[in-house]
Amino acid sequence: MSGKDNPYKDDRGNKDRSITRPGGGEMDFPKKGGSAKPAPGGPFLAAENMTGGYGAADILHDCTLTVDKGQIAVIVGPNGAGKSTAMKAVFGMLALRGGHVKLDGEDITALSPQDRVAKGMGFVPQTNNVFPSMTVEENLEMGAFLRHDDFARTMDQVYDLFPILKDKRRQAAGELSGGQRQQVAVGRALMTQPKLLMLDEPTAGVSPIVMDELFDRIIEVARTGISILMVEQNARQALEIADRGYVLVQGANRYTDTGQALLADPEVRRTFLGG
Amino acid sequence: MNPRNILLFAFVAALIVIEGMTASWNTALGILNMGLISAILALGVNMQWGYAGLFNVGVVGFVALGGLAPVLVATPPVTEVWTGGGAYRLILGLLFGVAVIALAIALNKRLAGRNRAVALLVVLIGGFFLFRAVFDPAVEVVEAFKPATYSNIGGLGLPVLLAWPVGGILAAGAAWVIGKTALGLRSDYLAIATLGIGEIIIAVMKNEDWLARGVKNVISIPRPVPYEVDLQADPGFVEWAAGFGVDPVTASTIVVKLLYAGLFTVVLLALIWASQMALNSPWGRMMRAIRDNETAAEAMGKDVTRRHLQVFILGSAVCGLAGAMIVTLDSQLTPGTYNPLRFTFLVWVMVIVGGSGNNWGAVLGGFLIWYLWIKVEPWGNQLMDLITSGMAEGALKSHLKDSAAHMRLLTMGLVLLLVLRFSPRGLIPER
Amino acid sequence: MDLLNAIVALLNFVVIPATSYGAQLALGALGVTLIYGILRFSNFAHGDTMAFGTAMVILVTWAMQAMGIHLGPLPTALLALPFGIALTAALVLGTDRAVYRFYRRQKAAPVILVIVSMGVMFIMNGVTRFIIGVDEIRFDDGARFLINAGDFKAATGLAEGLAFRSTQALTIVTAVIVVAALFWFLNKTRTGKSMRAYSDNEDLALLSGINPERVVAVTWIIAAGLATIAGTLYGLDKSFKAFNYFQLLLPIFASAIVGGLGSPLGAIAGGFLIAFSEVGFTYAWKKVATYVLPESLAPDGLAQLLSTDYKFAVSFAILIVVLLFKPTGLFKGKSV
Ligand SMILES: Nc1ncnc2c1ncn2[C@@H]1O[C@H](COP(=O)(O)OP(=O)(O)O)[C@@H](O)[C@H]1O
Ligand SMILES: [Mg+2]
Repeated sequence: MSGKDNPYKDDRGNKDRSITRPGGGEMDFPKKGGSAKPAPGGPFLAAENMTGGYGAADILHDCTLTVDKGQIAVIVGPNGAGKSTAMKAVFGMLALRGGHVKLDGEDITALSPQDRVAKGMGFVPQTNNVFPSMTVEENLEMGAFLRHDDFARTMDQVYDLFPILKDKRRQAAGELSGGQRQQVAVGRALMTQPKLLMLDEPTAGVSPIVMDELFDRIIEVARTGISILMVEQNARQALEIADRGYVLVQGANRYTDTGQALLADPEVRRTFLGG
Repeated sequence: MNPRNILLFAFVAALIVIEGMTASWNTALGILNMGLISAILALGVNMQWGYAGLFNVGVVGFVALGGLAPVLVATPPVTEVWTGGGAYRLILGLLFGVAVIALAIALNKRLAGRNRAVALLVVLIGGFFLFRAVFDPAVEVVEAFKPATYSNIGGLGLPVLLAWPVGGILAAGAAWVIGKTALGLRSDYLAIATLGIGEIIIAVMKNEDWLARGVKNVISIPRPVPYEVDLQADPGFVEWAAGFGVDPVTASTIVVKLLYAGLFTVVLLALIWASQMALNSPWGRMMRAIRDNETAAEAMGKDVTRRHLQVFILGSAVCGLAGAMIVTLDSQLTPGTYNPLRFTFLVWVMVIVGGSGNNWGAVLGGFLIWYLWIKVEPWGNQLMDLITSGMAEGALKSHLKDSAAHMRLLTMGLVLLLVLRFSPRGLIPER
Repeated sequence: MDLLNAIVALLNFVVIPATSYGAQLALGALGVTLIYGILRFSNFAHGDTMAFGTAMVILVTWAMQAMGIHLGPLPTALLALPFGIALTAALVLGTDRAVYRFYRRQKAAPVILVIVSMGVMFIMNGVTRFIIGVDEIRFDDGARFLINAGDFKAATGLAEGLAFRSTQALTIVTAVIVVAALFWFLNKTRTGKSMRAYSDNEDLALLSGINPERVVAVTWIIAAGLATIAGTLYGLDKSFKAFNYFQLLLPIFASAIVGGLGSPLGAIAGGFLIAFSEVGFTYAWKKVATYVLPESLAPDGLAQLLSTDYKFAVSFAILIVVLLFKPTGLFKGKSV
C-alpha cells in the first residue's frame, strides 16, 4: 500500500501493522443502508448472476450459487478462482455490479453484512476467524453480540457439538491448536442461530483426522436444518458430503451438479480432483 | 518548477517584501534570515520523512546539539581550566565512559546467556561508578572557575563558520546512536525514542555547566560578519550609507542581516542542490524503491534498515547544521529557549504544509510557516483588541488580551490539521 | 545499623513518592494503551488531554470554592473531577468527530494518525493555555497530611520522620479504584468485551455486529476519564503547569511500551517500573546508607546516581533497553 491514489494511506514505507491486529482491518464494506425486499419462491439461498470485484476489474463473472434448506453446498476450484470472493459477495462484503442475493424469500442484496447476520447468515472467514486474546467462551459470547435473548442454551448446544471447547472455555482462543480454533470459529458463527452457515475452507491446515471430524460435525449441523455453503480445498471429501457441488474457475461456474455426480464425472475428476 | 510553484514562491517573497515596506526592513530581513534557516530545517526533516518515512520527533534535540558547536568551536578556550588540568581529566572521564559502553556492546555481541547478563551488569555498574569517580571531581574543578563568567571549558577559538559542519557532525553522532536502536521497529517507536533523545539533549545542555554554562547561557559568540558598532565607526561605511540617504545605525543593522542572509542562502542552495542530486542518483532511486515497496526492496537484497540509518543520520545532520546557524545568527546559546513545540512540531508543520517528499515544498513551507509564526502573534493581539474593544475593563478583558500570545499554537495546529485533511500532499506535491 | 530508621527513610523518600507517581503514570499509560489498542495509533495529544482535563477540574474547583462548597479534609478537586471528566470527554469526542473519524473512514496509515494527533496536541495545548494560562497553579485544599513527619517522630521516637501526604494517599486509593473498575468493565461487561474483541480482530468484530463507532466513542470517553484523573492527581500531588504535562508524555509512553502497547496490565506494570526506577536513580541514598552500613563504609557523597534533572533519562534508558531486547514489551501487547 504505497498510497499512490490515497494520500491518507501513504505510510511512506512504514509497514506499521499494529501488533494487536495481525492482518486485520482489510475489509472495506460497501456502505449500504438498504432494506430487504420480499422475493418469494426459489431455493433457500439464491445468489444469482453475481458480477463484481475489489476494484475496477471484475473477479466474479455471472456466478450463481444456491443452497436448499438443510442441505450442504460445496464450492471447489483452483486457487485464486474467486471462491472466497464469491463467499464475500454472498455475505455483502463486496459491492456487486450485477446479480442479486435472495435468502429465505427475501431479496437482501442491499443489506450490510451486519444486517445479513440479523437475517440469519453466519460466516466463518478463511483466516483470522477468532478473537485470539479472548477466551473460548468470550468468543462465543461475541458471536451472540446481536442477540438480546438468553443465549445460554445455544452455547450449550455448541459445547455439545464441540465437547473439547467446553473443557477449554477459559483458555484464550489464540492458544488453541488449529483444529480447535476452527471449532471456535464455527461455534462463534453458530451463536447467532443462523439459518445459513457459510464456511470458507474450515479444514485448512488441520490434520486428516481432525478434518474428518469437522466434516462429521458439519453434517450434524446440517441435520438440524441449517443450510451450509462451504468452500473446500479437499475437494474429494467435501463433495462426498455435498448435496450440491460447484466448480468455480476464474470467477465463473464451470460445473454444477450434485456432489456424487461431480465425483463421477470423468472430466471433473481429471481436471480438478487429480484423476 | 512549474508556473504554479514559481507563483507560490513569489507569493511568499511578496509577503516578506510587503513586511519590509509597511513595517521595517529590519524585521523583514529578520523573518527572511530565520525563514532561510527554517527552510534548511525543513529540508532535513523532509529527507527523513519524505524520502524514507522516518518520523523524527526529536528535531529540537538535534537543533540544540548543533547549537553547541559554535560554543565549542568558536569561543576562546578557558585556558585556566585546561592548564589546571580539570578539563583534561574531564575529557578523560568522558572517553572512559564511551569506552565502558563500547566494551558493553562488544560483550553483548560476544557472550550469550547468563554469562552475558552477568558480564554486562558488572561492566556497566562498575564502569558507571568509575566514571563518576573520574568525572565528578573534574567537573567540580571546571565549574568552580569564575562561575559568573565561565564555569565551562570554553571552545577552540576557531572561526565560527567551522562550527556549522561541526554542528552537523554532533547531531549525526546522536542520530547514529538513536537510529541504531530504534530503526526497523514500528514508526511510533522511533517517534517516541526521538522525543526522548530530544528532551535528554536539552536537559544535558541545561544542566552541564562545564559544557556550555547551562542555563547561564553563553553570550557574545564570535560572528562571521562585522559588528554593527564597527561599521558605524568606519567613516567609509558612514559615507556609503549616506549615499543611500540612510542613517548609519539602520544601515549597519541591515547590512549585517543581509550578510547573514547571503551566507544562509549559499548553504540552503548547496543543500537543495545536493539533495536533488542525491534524490536522482542510484542511491535516491533505491531510497524511493524502498519507501514505495519495502518488502520487495528487502527481497531484492537491499538492507532497508541500513539505508534508513543513512537517511536518518543525514537528515539529523542537516538539523544540527541549522542549529549551529541559529546560534551563530543570535551570537548566543540559550538552552532555555529550545522548546519542542517551536523546534520540532513547527518544523513538521513546515514539511507537511510545503509538501512531504518534495524539497522545494519543504523550503516553501519553511518560509511560509515561519512568516505565519512571526505574524500570528501581532494578528492575535489585534484580533483580541478588536474583540475586547467593546468590553468593560475587567478580569475577562485582561485575560483575553493576555491569551493572544497562545494564538500561535492554536493557529499552527489548525493549519496542520487543515492541510492534512484537505490537501494531504501539501502545497508542492511530490509527484 | 539502624534498620528501622532506614526503612522509614526508604518509605518516606522512595516508596511512597514512587508509588503515587507510579499510579499517576499507570493511569496515563492506560489511556495511551487503550487508544492504541482500539484506534491503533500512539496519541501524542494525550499529555495535553491530561492538561486540559486538569484545567477543567481546576476551573470547576475554583467555582465550587467560590460558592463555599468544600469536601472537608479531602480536596475540593475530587468533587470537581466528574465535571472535568465530562468536559474533557466532550472535547475528545468532538475532536474525534471533527478530526479522527475522517482518517478512520479512509483507513489512514497509523503514522498519518500520529501526525494528526500532533496537530491536535498543538491545538489542545493552545486551548489550555488560552483558558488557564501558563503559570504554575496549586489547587489542593483540605488536610495536607495523613501522617505528619513531626507527629510520627513524636509517636515512634524514631529519628526519621514519615510524611504521608493526603494527596499521595488519595492518588493511590483513586488509582486502585479506577483500575479495578476499568478491568471489571473490560472483562465483565458486554461493551468492555466488545472493545477487546474489536482490538483483537476488527473484521470479525464487524461481522459479529459490533458497532465500531460505538467502541471508538466509549474508548475516547474512558481515555478522557483516565487522562483527567491522572492529570488531576498529578496536579494535586505536585502542581499544575501546562508544559509539565507535555513532558509527562515521555514517561507515559515509556510505561505503555515497556508493558507492551495495547496491554492494560502492562501499562500498570510499566508505570510502576518507570516510577520506581526514576525515583530510585535520582534519590540521594546517603541517608538510608548511613543507617544500614557500618560507619566505616558510609558514603561521603550524596550517593545519588543521577541528578533529578535527568529523571527523564531513566525512562528513556528503560525504553531503549526494552526496544532493543523486547520490542513488544514485558506483557505481550496483544489484548486490550
Ligand atoms: N482484498 C482483495 N483485493 C483485491 N483483490 C483480491 C482481494 N482478495 C482477493 N483478490 C483477488 O481475487 C482473486 C480471487 O481470490 P480469492 O477469492 O481469494 O480466491 P480463492 O479463495 O478461490 O483462492 C485473486 O486473483 C486475488 O488476487
Ligand atoms: Mg480463498
